[in-house]
Amino acid sequence: MQTPLWKTILIWGICAAGLLYALPNLFYTRVEQHNDALRAVELAGVSTPDQDAAIAQWPNWLPSGLVNLGLDLRGGAHLLAEVQVADVYKDRIDGLWPDVRDALRSERDAIGNVRREPSDPGVLKVKIGNPANMARAVELVRALAQPVVTLTGVGQTDIEVSAQGDTITVQLSEAERAATDSRTIQQSLEIIRRRVDEVGTREPTIQRQGTDRILIQVPGIGSAAELKALIGTTARLTFNAVRGRTSDENADPGARNLLLPAADEPGMFYIIEQTPVVSGEDLVDAQPAFDQNGRPAVNFRFNPSGARKFGDYTAANIGQPFAIVLDDEVISAPVIQSAIPGGSGIITGNFTIEESTDLAVLLRAGALPAELIFLEERTIGPELGQDSIDAGRVAAVIAMIAVSLFMFASYGLFGLFANIALAINMGLLFGVLSMIGGTLTLPGIAGIVLTIGMAVDANVLVFERIREELRGQKNPVRAIEIGYERAMSAIVDANLTTLITAAVLFSFGAGPVRGFAVTLALGIITSVFTALLVTKQLIALWYGWRRPRTITV
Amino acid sequence: MAWRLRLAPEKTNIDFFRYQWLTFGGSIALMLVAFVAWGVMGLNYGIDFKGGTTIRTESTTPVDIGVYRGALAPLPLGDVSITEVFDPGFAPDQHVAMIRISALDNTQSVTPEVIQQVEDALVAVDPAISFTSVESVGPKVSGELVWSSILAVAITSVGILLYIWLRFEWQFALGGVLALLHDVFITIGIFALFQLKFDLTIIAALLTILGYSINDTVVVFDRLRENLVKYKTMPLRDVMNLSVNETLSRTLMTSITTLIAVGSMMVFGGDVIRGFSFAIFMGVLLGTYSSVYVAKNIVLMIGLDRSDKPKSDKGNQFAGIDA
Repeated sequence: MQTPLWKTILIWGICAAGLLYALPNLFYTRVEQHNDALRAVELAGVSTPDQDAAIAQWPNWLPSGLVNLGLDLRGGAHLLAEVQVADVYKDRIDGLWPDVRDALRSERDAIGNVRREPSDPGVLKVKIGNPANMARAVELVRALAQPVVTLTGVGQTDIEVSAQGDTITVQLSEAERAATDSRTIQQSLEIIRRRVDEVGTREPTIQRQGTDRILIQVPGIGSAAELKALIGTTARLTFNAVRGRTSDENADPGARNLLLPAADEPGMFYIIEQTPVVSGEDLVDAQPAFDQNGRPAVNFRFNPSGARKFGDYTAANIGQPFAIVLDDEVISAPVIQSAIPGGSGIITGNFTIEESTDLAVLLRAGALPAELIFLEERTIGPELGQDSIDAGRVAAVIAMIAVSLFMFASYGLFGLFANIALAINMGLLFGVLSMIGGTLTLPGIAGIVLTIGMAVDANVLVFERIREELRGQKNPVRAIEIGYERAMSAIVDANLTTLITAAVLFSFGAGPVRGFAVTLALGIITSVFTALLVTKQLIALWYGWRRPRTITV
Repeated sequence: MAWRLRLAPEKTNIDFFRYQWLTFGGSIALMLVAFVAWGVMGLNYGIDFKGGTTIRTESTTPVDIGVYRGALAPLPLGDVSITEVFDPGFAPDQHVAMIRISALDNTQSVTPEVIQQVEDALVAVDPAISFTSVESVGPKVSGELVWSSILAVAITSVGILLYIWLRFEWQFALGGVLALLHDVFITIGIFALFQLKFDLTIIAALLTILGYSINDTVVVFDRLRENLVKYKTMPLRDVMNLSVNETLSRTLMTSITTLIAVGSMMVFGGDVIRGFSFAIFMGVLLGTYSSVYVAKNIVLMIGLDRSDKPKSDKGNQFAGIDA
């Protein structure tokens, strides 16, 4: 039973490295504080005594990677949102209307009067006065089309123009929709990430799922409702000219105007101009503040172009009210006292301190390009997570002890070798999980416990085979060699099929189930390693030391 | 010779086909029962598959389902079901209940306002109550989850079928996969019969059963392949019996160690994961049974062409090349 020296060194080296990487998990809180403090210091550039103390809790030269705890163990909120990508089509098409109108009016003599007809959102219908020259009109509108740059849509333009009778229909082309969708999702992702980061929680997961969905997981947040309030608000801020005030909710605002409710006075409505003077996109900063009466408010500052537009408008409309509109509600409509040239101002309204703080965060992070609809939301309390960890730990320890006793009773000394390998296997599993930054979930713990039961299978196969060979009166070394050799094909086939299942589980499952797939797959790999290579090393060591003439398995 | 715990005698010579009408026939009957239970009683789908909201409450005062129900009655909710949860791991003054509210017909998950109303109503009747988890899934997602779950089980089965086909013969692949489906469907039948909650984690458990059960079957097949080469003239039925007898002790050992581990998870792992552990526990039991009594019977029924050598060794174009 000779193994080449390099192989021996490699096997024990892997074990040692795995155990070393698993080590931080035994001191979870300590290492976590150490890591948090290190990160904070790196960001801030300076350290506080508290942070220094936290850093000193764990030596820097040791690995400090930890197994991440999933939401079901740590507690936190999980949201699956669907981005209403079609919202954006409407804005695009509405934005196109002035250009279409101008283009057609430039040849009014031939085309006649131009009027926008009511239509589905995302579709522009234009009626022209002189249908005889429809071909020319369509040509003029088509000239507005821009080429779409995509991987597949070569030669396509962004709009589709068709004509029927006296009506021209303009809508976004297939290629443009796809391009718009992906841009909308990208923007939404970015804005959600900024908003969540503003609140400064630990390691949020924000990722795209499928074509139009976003998965958001934030550990440690109290409830999904809280998270939803933060990211679900569109936060579209505009400053519009006020045309009038009414208490009639059915009042006709007139063309190009909007009727919006007042946020602070129920039953009151403002008639405002549809086209905003300035919008939130021109904001560079927003901070919670207090107005001169000590009520919560939000200070804001525009970028130069926004400041100029705002300055010009206020200079020209002194004495007139203007509306601050957030998500289709008029927050307030102050009267312009004087020109505001500096590009900064204050939004007052009926805010609580909390609301003004949230609004500042939302304005800083920017508006979402489209509305979000929440398809799934889960909140798990940290206590429940801790209970699950405790229960899982108890189950794992009991499983480990019971399986070890059973193996020892069945195979004696060889069972003991298998048990040592099993213990190393658990260490390796945690080591690899920490190294790759894997996430442990409650089903993941179940996967580990299942691994405890199944990991000894490879050893059982080998030991049973050795027993059979021993019955055939072979010498012990031969029996052991043949036992390992012959059991190999069954072990490989059996474990590869389980790996297939783990792979499907991984690609199909979300969150917790995926965590299970990861521990199951890693458990298979580490258990084959320990059950075959490590036990053989142990047996070889023992054999070399005792040199028994006969062995009993 | 030192004492050893033996699950099976050193050498067994059991005829595993002797009571085939009972063992194999019984399996078929059980599968029929499972299908009937599934079809007639249906599964007690969790919110993952049906949409809706579950709220887990925890309180130091005992749970009174009637009072909870009374508190929620005035609210405009769909179907509400309230069950108390018991677990040996709970502290004496830890009283847990699960409240399930079925989804109303829209794509959104339940609005935060509704959840807030429910929570307020419960706090009003029990001030000590806290909400340890709130989960809500919209019908749109749950519909997709049903499909992706069915797909996952199907893909795994096909993957295993192809792998076994590649490594063994197609008869083995078919027998193995049918045995797998036997395990999975009977497990589903048990969930239907006892109306246990069937959610996404149970699907994960079913997939795990697929993995475990094929593992067991493959070990028997592997020995069968070896013995088919060794005993070329022995009738197929006898080679099968020999192979199962030879691997019997290993089959029992592995089942027991796995059952010990999963059983420990089931008893001590907490109520959140109990359904999952239970499904795997049942699957391991069934998987062991099916690899001894179901898989090879199907292979025997189809028959093997033994004149053709198994693909595993020799006889191919590379014979003689010392790689």
